[in-house]
Amino acid sequence: MRDVAVIGVGMIPFGRRDEDTLMDMLAYASLKALDDAGLGDKSVDAVYVGNMGGGVIQHQTAIASSLVDRLSLLPAAAETVENGPASGGSAVKAGLLAVASGYYDTVLVVGGEKMREVTGWRATDFVATLTHPQVEYPYGITLPGMAGMFTRLYMEKYGVTREALVSVAIKNQEMGGLNPYAHVEMAITKEGIFDDPAAIVNNPVAADPLHLYDACPVSDGAAAIVLCPLEMLKSPAKPPVIIAGFGQATDTQTLQEREDPTDLKAVTLAAQQAFERARLKPSDIHVAELHDAFTILEIAESEHVGFFKKGEGAKAALAGKTRLGGQIPINVSGGLKARGHPVGATGVAQVVDIVWQLRHELPKNRQVKNAQNGLTVNFGGFGNNVLAFVLRRVEK
Amino acid sequence: MPMDMELEQVLRPKQYPMAPYPPKVITLANGKKMVVRQAAREDVPEILKSVHPCLFIERDYYDIVSARLYGELLAWYRYRVKSEYCLIGQVDGYLVGVVNGRMENEKVGMSYHTLAIDRGLRIGSHLFAAKMEYHMEYLNQEEVLIVAESPIGFRRWMIEYPLEETNIPHELGGGDSWRLTRETYFKAKPRLVVGERPVPEDLWEQATRAILFADDETIRERIAGLKGR
Repeated sequence: MRDVAVIGVGMIPFGRRDEDTLMDMLAYASLKALDDAGLGDKSVDAVYVGNMGGGVIQHQTAIASSLVDRLSLLPAAAETVENGPASGGSAVKAGLLAVASGYYDTVLVVGGEKMREVTGWRATDFVATLTHPQVEYPYGITLPGMAGMFTRLYMEKYGVTREALVSVAIKNQEMGGLNPYAHVEMAITKEGIFDDPAAIVNNPVAADPLHLYDACPVSDGAAAIVLCPLEMLKSPAKPPVIIAGFGQATDTQTLQEREDPTDLKAVTLAAQQAFERARLKPSDIHVAELHDAFTILEIAESEHVGFFKKGEGAKAALAGKTRLGGQIPINVSGGLKARGHPVGATGVAQVVDIVWQLRHELPKNRQVKNAQNGLTVNFGGFGNNVLAFVLRRVEK
Repeated sequence: MPMDMELEQVLRPKQYPMAPYPPKVITLANGKKMVVRQAAREDVPEILKSVHPCLFIERDYYDIVSARLYGELLAWYRYRVKSEYCLIGQVDGYLVGVVNGRMENEKVGMSYHTLAIDRGLRIGSHLFAAKMEYHMEYLNQEEVLIVAESPIGFRRWMIEYPLEETNIPHELGGGDSWRLTRETYFKAKPRLVVGERPVPEDLWEQATRAILFADDETIRERIAGLKGR
């Protein structure tokens, strides 16, 4: 297997992009990544597109086939990858394996979603199509509903407090305010969303015990990366970053079938595999992008990937250990909570943000000093299909 | 413009006596303090400056809400509407939202519009709640008739309170009104109506010194910016 380098990255600002079609967004992000890779007139061998909802929301399928034509990348191989909210991560995996195996040398991986085309209710319903069609969906379960129940269990078992959840929301929105690609650029305060009596209106209950600011927004957006074998990079213009390891694991579709519903086994397994393949430990990671679709998930994942012991994630968040400058900065981009969560884009966007970190290209107020290794976790379903990637800066 | 005051007396609708709305202050999600207070008729020309740029924003029906609000405020300023009032929200002196309505009669209120000029902070929710508070607690009315022009308004008013559907035509467009009763209002009040009185002196002084306005570009960006704030 060959080491695979990320030689180009691109993203468009997430948010509500009324003026763009899904294909426009995918194309803009792709062009940015291709430009960043400095491929010039050279084409790519294959294109993988992570997208969850094109068929449902836009009534559009075969998205990758459309994109290669739009970008004049014919006759590159093209594939659309659908894996729920982990579609982006799965597309990255597909590209990674294609290059590592030697089948392709240059691969474009794009993730994108256009969710604001429909009302928030319909977007929530669309995401809920990943739930079990007989025992969950017909009873009205949604992802916020699942996250609410998960949070309640986590609070009971580990003593997680609302203050801890609030601290994650504040941190990530503060970082989103510094990120020009973030959907939510507005800083919030503990007084405004928790302490003051007006918080009952500012931050109403969404899915008890989760409140409005515990959830990510519904976003449009796209992100892209270009992969090639490390060995082909002779004199790279930018510090090469490789995908040193990846892992993927699945779990039962329904939460109630799990022996302990608070145990996100697929997160643990995916991260373990990624660390083993990268020959690194959690303590070697300098920056992480975790899938914080809800604030509780950042806390739970920070434990399940091995940054903190079970039950210690909330304390670490409250103690500022996950802030920029802390023990392990998590979601310096603002995470899904503030950068946004266009579902198919997220897994790719996480990789883009980590590559910027490892290249040391970000402004001081967002850059993790001397970051060499990064981790991403893309969480599909409610933890029933999880991908993790360890990225490493290499000196060449 | 010369005015025939005799004819004016005929053209100007007679007004119901209206108790003043006592100002309050609300802490927003970003920690900023929003002063909610009643605007005076003389404030209208200035307020219209902030409404004007919104006339050209199609997103979320800002164009129709702004166009109608502009006309309603102008009608108030020129004495062509009966018993209208306007409440405004100010942060650091800047106008961030406007709501208005009027007394249809002594018992029934007619809700007009809610315009949030800064978005993402539930300013519209707070100001709409202040408007209902005015009708129910200070004008002592029995009910308020309401319609929504945007899906956001529908979610915020019809569903969150919740309001009851009627077949009473509303003044805005003649569609069926939704009704807020005293019972519904007081039931919803603990979770939807917030704010503290009195307004601290420094905030009051800042708010009343002058109504400050963001420039047109900023207003358009805040409402219709690519980021969807």
